[in-house]
Amino acid sequence: MTFDVARVRADFPILSREVNGHPLVYLDSANTSQKPAQVIEAMRLHNERHNGNVSRSVHTLGTEATSAYEDARGKIAAFVGAATPDEIVFTKNSTEAINLVAHSLGQHLALKPGDEIVISEMEHHSNIVPWQLLCERTGATLRWFGTTDGGLLAPDETLINERTKIVSIVHMSNVLGTINDVSPIVARAHEVGALVMLDCSQSVPHLPVDVQALGADFIAFTGHKMLGPTGIGVLWGRYDLLAAMPPFLAGGSMIETVTMGGTTFAAPPARFEAGTPPIAEAVGLGVAVDYLTALGMEAVHQHEQDITAYALKTLTDVPGVQIFGPATPEGRGGTLSFGVDGVHPHDVGQILDALGVEVRVGHHCAKPTCARFGVPAMTRASFYLYTTTDEIDALARGLDQVKKVFG
Amino acid sequence: MMLDGLYQEIILDHYKHPHGRGLRDPFNGEAHHVNPTCGDEITVRVAADLSDISYDGLGCSISQASASVLYELLKGRTPQDAAGIHEAFVALMQGRGQVEPDEDVLGDGIAFAGVAKFPARVKCALLPWMAFKDAAARAGIDVSSEVTA
Repeated sequence: MTFDVARVRADFPILSREVNGHPLVYLDSANTSQKPAQVIEAMRLHNERHNGNVSRSVHTLGTEATSAYEDARGKIAAFVGAATPDEIVFTKNSTEAINLVAHSLGQHLALKPGDEIVISEMEHHSNIVPWQLLCERTGATLRWFGTTDGGLLAPDETLINERTKIVSIVHMSNVLGTINDVSPIVARAHEVGALVMLDCSQSVPHLPVDVQALGADFIAFTGHKMLGPTGIGVLWGRYDLLAAMPPFLAGGSMIETVTMGGTTFAAPPARFEAGTPPIAEAVGLGVAVDYLTALGMEAVHQHEQDITAYALKTLTDVPGVQIFGPATPEGRGGTLSFGVDGVHPHDVGQILDALGVEVRVGHHCAKPTCARFGVPAMTRASFYLYTTTDEIDALARGLDQVKKVFG
Repeated sequence: MMLDGLYQEIILDHYKHPHGRGLRDPFNGEAHHVNPTCGDEITVRVAADLSDISYDGLGCSISQASASVLYELLKGRTPQDAAGIHEAFVALMQGRGQVEPDEDVLGDGIAFAGVAKFPARVKCALLPWMAFKDAAARAGIDVSSEVTA
């Protein structure tokens, strides 16, 4: 089956709108993706017909809502190859998933001075700050892989050692687009008895991800970057580890029994889902996963590889444009950050917006990555299953306009 | 194009040829401000008699041109005059495009009237002015226009 981008685009109502008098060219999917009509409709239908609270009601609406919520969990488990739906914890977003692990695993491992946590210099702030705070709480030491000039993780044979307790690395960089080869890191971490978390916020939406093949112990990803709604994220964790970990947030739904003297806790995933969860959002995310599964993640990834190859070539041909990260499509995804000589990214983004071209500008919540490449900010174009070569051409025309204004 | 209101020639001129840029001695107060959403930074130094205002920073055309205009408008003024101009500029930027600027007060600053229509960029224009306010306070000058942006 060939990938029919026009047919895909027809499913996304927003793609037919105009911005500032020009057809929308949405090149900010690494920030948040657009939603197909199927997802929007499923959430509307849930709220119109099946709204009730989950896991506590005997009435029909509550039963329907619970069943829809748990069906979504099952779909997401299958999507990433989880051993059981009970390994899927719904969170607010990737950030909360990582914070959950930093708190609960940190407590479970009883981290102390002398222990080490390993991250990398190309992380999103959400995979840096929770570990900095965990180190402050426990006295553990934070260490990190550097980044090469070409935008790859810099090998460091001694970084992961017998003192390492947790390794948390980004699977695909939200700035450089690098898809990290995590297998040697996972192998080395497990060799020394450390546990591995992968930030898959940018990989799960764009390429086939199988948690068994990755070999990690935890992964985090978020609904709104994979055609789903905001307000829902996912933590996948090995069941035995989740079962050994103490709760993160406390409240309703996460308990087994409560007396005034104390509380025992539910088994995972309920243990980590305190309070009323994002129910319609789970339903929407389940339908997003159905949509991606029907297209096939291999086909989605291949389309993005083709677009990325075209974009790399097109942008390389624009004088004064410097691309950060891998220069060829191999080992990278469809997220392209670049600089335009002599023009601040804010100004690039403003002029592109006037032409209907929506890109992200700034530090992309990854200030250390920007600092590594010696810039305070970058312009980033990011692609998805609905991106066309025409849109890349519109970006290139926009960059010509940028240079005219600031030339 | 809608951007005509934003990228006025005056702004681009100040961006490409900034006035008074570079940190200088002597000074009595200094402040460093950062826009956390975009990472733009500026350091402003103020002499107690406003005989010099010096600055350096990293940022977009709007924030850098704004610093250049600030230097032109406030250097050598009395504290009372500076406070009035500061207040007028802040009012212009927070006016959502509804405030008619007075060229006699704001000089080249009137070119920023269009920026007020781009809410995401108002902070860029105000960054040097906020840093100036703090630096001035440290130099013993009160520039107390209320800022809510």
